[in-house]
Amino acid sequence: MKIIDVIKVASKSLTSNKLRSMLTMLGIIIGVAAVIIMIAVSSGTETAIEDQINSLGANLVFVMSSFSQGGAGGGMGTSTGGLVYSDADAIAKSVPHVAGVAVEQTTTQTIKYGNIVLEDVSILGTTPDFTKVREIELAEGRFINDQELEHSTRTAILGATIAKELFGDTYPIGQKISVGTLKLTVVGVFEEKGLVSGVDYDARVYVPITLVFDKLMNSQFSRIAGDRVRIIYVTVDDKENIDDVILQINLLLSKLHDVPLESPDFQISTQQDIIQTQSATTESFRILLAWVAGVSLIVGGIGIMNIMLVSVTERTREIGIRQAVGATPQDIQSQFLTEALILSLVGGLIGIIFGISGSWVFSRFGDMPTVVNPFSIVLAFGSAAAVGILFGYLPANKAAKLDPIVALRHE
Amino acid sequence: MTDSVIIRTDQLKKIYQMGEIEVPALNGVSITIQEGEFVAIMGPSGSGKSTLMNILGCLDSPTDGQYYLDDQDVSKLNRAQLAHIRNEKLGFIFQSYNLLPRMSALENVTLPMMYIKAAAGNQVEMTKKAEELLGIVGLGDRIHHQPKELSGGQQQRVAIARALINDPVLVLADEPTGNLDTKSANEIMEILHNLHQSGRTIVMVTHEPDIAEQTQRIIAVRDGLVELDHTNGRK
Ligand SMILES: Nc1ncnc2c1ncn2[C@@H]1O[C@H](COP(=O)(O)OP(=O)(O)OP(=O)(O)O)[C@@H](O)[C@H]1O
Ligand SMILES: [Mg+2]
Repeated sequence: MKIIDVIKVASKSLTSNKLRSMLTMLGIIIGVAAVIIMIAVSSGTETAIEDQINSLGANLVFVMSSFSQGGAGGGMGTSTGGLVYSDADAIAKSVPHVAGVAVEQTTTQTIKYGNIVLEDVSILGTTPDFTKVREIELAEGRFINDQELEHSTRTAILGATIAKELFGDTYPIGQKISVGTLKLTVVGVFEEKGLVSGVDYDARVYVPITLVFDKLMNSQFSRIAGDRVRIIYVTVDDKENIDDVILQINLLLSKLHDVPLESPDFQISTQQDIIQTQSATTESFRILLAWVAGVSLIVGGIGIMNIMLVSVTERTREIGIRQAVGATPQDIQSQFLTEALILSLVGGLIGIIFGISGSWVFSRFGDMPTVVNPFSIVLAFGSAAAVGILFGYLPANKAAKLDPIVALRHE
Repeated sequence: MTDSVIIRTDQLKKIYQMGEIEVPALNGVSITIQEGEFVAIMGPSGSGKSTLMNILGCLDSPTDGQYYLDDQDVSKLNRAQLAHIRNEKLGFIFQSYNLLPRMSALENVTLPMMYIKAAAGNQVEMTKKAEELLGIVGLGDRIHHQPKELSGGQQQRVAIARALINDPVLVLADEPTGNLDTKSANEIMEILHNLHQSGRTIVMVTHEPDIAEQTQRIIAVRDGLVELDHTNGRK
């Protein structure tokens, strides 16, 4: 029997009972749509996290303080146990391929403007490279410049939320605000950035880091700690050079801090490291979703098998007639296999359509980022086909095994 | 003109196994049928007529004995091989027509062509041949009707056209007029006569003596054995 005839016969018998065919396909439709939507949601979430982290700046390397065992007992007094402000300079000056270096030191202060008082506002002391390193844009004015850094000038740049709360509709540039005991001049306002990795970039005030060291450290201890910094951001000119830069910073800082390379008092990580930690948490969620989708596909397959078995019984006489005029067991088997396959493939196609539009609805109205993965479509369609063959096999075999005389006598 | 043998059976036996009990349906049937013969098989109910027809029609295999169809031993063939024989060499007409309900007369007639082993002829030729045959059985104006829109006699005529589509060497009919009124039965017999005139070999089971009388030769079966085999002398 020619393949084209097999397909014609199979599709004809499927279309002669449309409602049943639709209901049979439902399981596959749901299964395939579930696979696509679930993969779209989880890869959407992951891409969103990646985008957020990348939006902090490309090719970023983080150097963070950590207190090493070796350094604590050293008694040197000067530089053990963390990064200092001068490390940033050293990196900027002597490590090749470094495009920008920014440091951060935070403190918390009460700020005032007129009769508006905001308590416990995070003050971020940093350097002019900050905007380059973190890729954050100014809505108004400008950022700190080198002179202000050098002279601990009393300037401030406001996060979007702070600016709105303090000034409302008033133009903020040039205004003076109180930060702790100091009066600072507002020179810039950032654009909205939102929450990135749990930090609200809009609810902070940015000042020269030297100002933090000199005037804003809260406790006696932190004054003694002097120009300690929590973190140094380093941007690398090209992705290719990241590993090299990390190595160079390691060598440089261990030498400067006089600590062994194997147990440094700092820690270097890249954006990629952070993305990977974030992904690990979504991974287990994704495995769960994959199971749910897989099970629904199998349930869909069992549905097909069920209906096909009923259909074989109902059409026993038809099978007998076909056998009488020359259909071989093989012909009968291909016919029923093809029916199962068409059901699952058409179900698969409809499932893909629902899956794609479902993903769109999720991201449009469900406030959930989704990315429809082409691979997930191939995967879902392939599984649907596999399910069709797998669960169509038993009914098709049952049909092929029928004895022509018994089948012809069937009522 | 030398007669060529279409059917030759040698001690055909068929025993049905019903659990522990063996039911013998054929107890050694040896018959020979020449090309161009029109043979009626008669006998009481349960005598084994249908069992014999099913074996002659390659729908079933004998428990014992030989069956040569068109000089080929078909008694030991497997199911797929039997299917090909049915398709290429045999045309079967049933008492209950056995048409596919959701297909038109035309589609029913072309059905056997779908299963031709050697690459099937082209669609246009197939349809043309089927239309021709439907014309011969007097249904030229009803080729697109479904079985439920046709009378019993008309359905049986569709079945005859279907039996002829692959140019069989043998046409088998198990009580083809059993479900029909006298008028329709006569129309069917008329068609079978015409087929016989044009050289077809036909074997037909019937209960009705007056129908059997219209053939050349009557084989009477009783208890799974050939009881009587006589030539009618009618041409
Ligand atoms: N599948 C079967 N299983 C068991 N016994 C069977 C089977 N088919 C037929 N028989 C038995 O074989 C014998 C012959 O049956 P068959 O159908 O050939 O009779 P028949 O001559 O065609 O009868 P009728 O004129 O009623 O059609 C009967 O005794 C019947 O009960
Ligand atoms: Mg019978």
